[in-house]
Amino acid sequence: MKSNVGKLLSTAAIAATISTGATAATLDDVKAKGFIQCGVSQGVPGFSNADASGNWTGIDVDACRATAAAVFGDAQAVKFTPLSAKERFTALQSGEIDMLSRNTTWTYTRDSSLGLDFTAVNFYDGQGFMVRKDLGVESALDLDGATVCTEQGTTTELNMADFFRKHKLSYVPVVVQKADEAVAAYDSGRCDVFTTDKSGLAAQRSKLAEPNAHVILPETISKEPLGPVVRHGDNQWKDIVTWSMFVQVNAEELGITSKNVATIKKETTDPGIARLLGTEGDMGAQLGLSADWAYNIIALVGNYGEVFENNVGPATPVGLPRGINNLWTEGGVMYAPPVR
Amino acid sequence: MIDKTPSNNNSFLNDAGNRALIFQILLLALVVFVGYYLFSNLQSNLDNRGISTGLSFLNEPAGFPILIHLIEYTEANSYGRAFLVALINTVVISLLGIVLATVLGVIIGLARLSNNWLVARLATVYVETLRNLPLLLQMFFWYFAVLAALPHPRESFIFADFFLNKRGIYSPNPIFQEGFGFVIAGFVLSIVAAIALIVWAKKRQTKTGLWFPAYWSSFGIIIAVTLLSLVISGFPIEFDLPQKSRFNVTGGMVLPPEFVAVLIALSTYTASFIAEIVRAGILSVNWGQTEAARSLGLKDSLTQRLIVLPQALRVIIPPLTSQFLNLAKNSSLGAAIAYPELVAVVMGTTLNQTGQAIETIGLCMLVYGSLSLSISLFMNWYNKKMSLIER
Repeated sequence: MKSNVGKLLSTAAIAATISTGATAATLDDVKAKGFIQCGVSQGVPGFSNADASGNWTGIDVDACRATAAAVFGDAQAVKFTPLSAKERFTALQSGEIDMLSRNTTWTYTRDSSLGLDFTAVNFYDGQGFMVRKDLGVESALDLDGATVCTEQGTTTELNMADFFRKHKLSYVPVVVQKADEAVAAYDSGRCDVFTTDKSGLAAQRSKLAEPNAHVILPETISKEPLGPVVRHGDNQWKDIVTWSMFVQVNAEELGITSKNVATIKKETTDPGIARLLGTEGDMGAQLGLSADWAYNIIALVGNYGEVFENNVGPATPVGLPRGINNLWTEGGVMYAPPVR
Repeated sequence: MIDKTPSNNNSFLNDAGNRALIFQILLLALVVFVGYYLFSNLQSNLDNRGISTGLSFLNEPAGFPILIHLIEYTEANSYGRAFLVALINTVVISLLGIVLATVLGVIIGLARLSNNWLVARLATVYVETLRNLPLLLQMFFWYFAVLAALPHPRESFIFADFFLNKRGIYSPNPIFQEGFGFVIAGFVLSIVAAIALIVWAKKRQTKTGLWFPAYWSSFGIIIAVTLLSLVISGFPIEFDLPQKSRFNVTGGMVLPPEFVAVLIALSTYTASFIAEIVRAGILSVNWGQTEAARSLGLKDSLTQRLIVLPQALRVIIPPLTSQFLNLAKNSSLGAAIAYPELVAVVMGTTLNQTGQAIETIGLCMLVYGSLSLSISLFMNWYNKKMSLIER
């Protein structure tokens, strides 16, 4: 019996320590341990994907690297936790990760009832459908009676159901637990259609044996603004993640790239640019960061245009056009508040 | 001589029973306190982080589709209804799996004991292959390798009004017309008659020792009476036939590959364990029992049924119960290949859409706990019924 009591006491002690975790300021925690623990996907090319030697690349990975550059002046001070769609919010809520950057759609329910805060949008996406070319389907409205494969635990399930209900089309849903197996089921012919965000469709198509045998239908059936997520209530940390993204958009708008940022910093006479790069005033201090925080982001990670072109742009295997993700000055919707 | 020095050893605290009671009460208080502490800690942490709690989400519309539903279900139904659909899917696959695994396991187990060299070796190969590969791998094998190798819907195998392709097995769906009640009445009546026949045969055998093939004849009665009532009422059944459509085969009844793959994987995997349990049970019955039965003049089949199996069952049932429980819990792996059971629907989609992690996981734990306990209770009852009655 004595040993039982001992076990109970130690359990109680563990419970007590858990209750105090994850309430302190995330910035202090991150600085104390020396790196940012970042939740990413289990492999979506162009967004977050590990290469053969274990290096993570992608637009979502760069959001974490930009934050690390702002905090530490070192874009490599990040450790990655690959998470499934189901695990991601719990991992963030429980404090296992410091930020979640995993092609996650900003929705009302997620922002309001999960104890989470969305920071900024790093990719404007929308759900679409992919079918085999030889089916001769030209529009999603032709899909009456089709079998549709999708991954479980994402907003796609609901969008798909809403789309077919709205247009009074019948369909057979095959909901698979992981994205890779959903694509495998589609590829094996179990389904006529694979549906997810269009960026995801392009990424998955690039992994198929014959990418050209599949087409992505023109309809976009949902709004999917994707972006990094942090825990609700830590405003300082939220601001850091948000503004790390905004700095990249502003840099592109101002024509500052990772290559010319050093020269511009030395030579600029524009007070706006001088404030951004930390040669005038101390913008970083307001966030608890160093004066050259924005400079580090641009120098080490690049501006938003560079990040896009390096990871998902037309020159990459994913091959997405810039489209709606262009700057507002170029006909897109990427618009960041000024650093002032 | 024992020295009886007066002392206060017989005080309340020195009584062993009283002390034990005090410790028990202290321990109970501590357990309750720790439980309360953990719960309130959870509550305050959830409040701090602004995560909403409670089961009210079960009444909200679910909005997502479910591939296999044995009760009426559409996207407009509630999360509670979706939970029920998933629960039924889990129970159905578990019970069907248990029945199939038992039948297959007994056959393989007997085959391993066969005198036929080839049959015994084949059974050994079966057992050693299936029980040594991970179940998840086997599910993927059936789903992605075997069933996906079937033809595309447009090139389905067609046999009469049955279609077989990689989207499933399509069969005509019977629609019962007016007058089918007569057939049901005939069916029920024939079952009553069959039971009466079995009871009569048993009584007669105890009294006179004369044997009557009651099981076979009652089987015949049920078939004959049901067919006769069908003919008399003029076949009040129509069939909804499956037909080819643009993408799929539509209409009729469909058995989707997800269901088939999970059922095959669960039952063949568990059967390999049951086969070994059956073999062990039969080998545990002393050979002398068989020899004694033969010397009494019993046929081989009767020796097995009346002498060996009843004794073997006492050894078989307890480990068999564990296998049944394993099968029920392993059904949760079906989530990996899109079978919409409890883990997939509740801990997958519902959890993601509502964010109620603790509630949904709690519900699932409750269901698996109750399902396993029900199987346990039934098997324990059966075990008691089969146990040796000592006189």
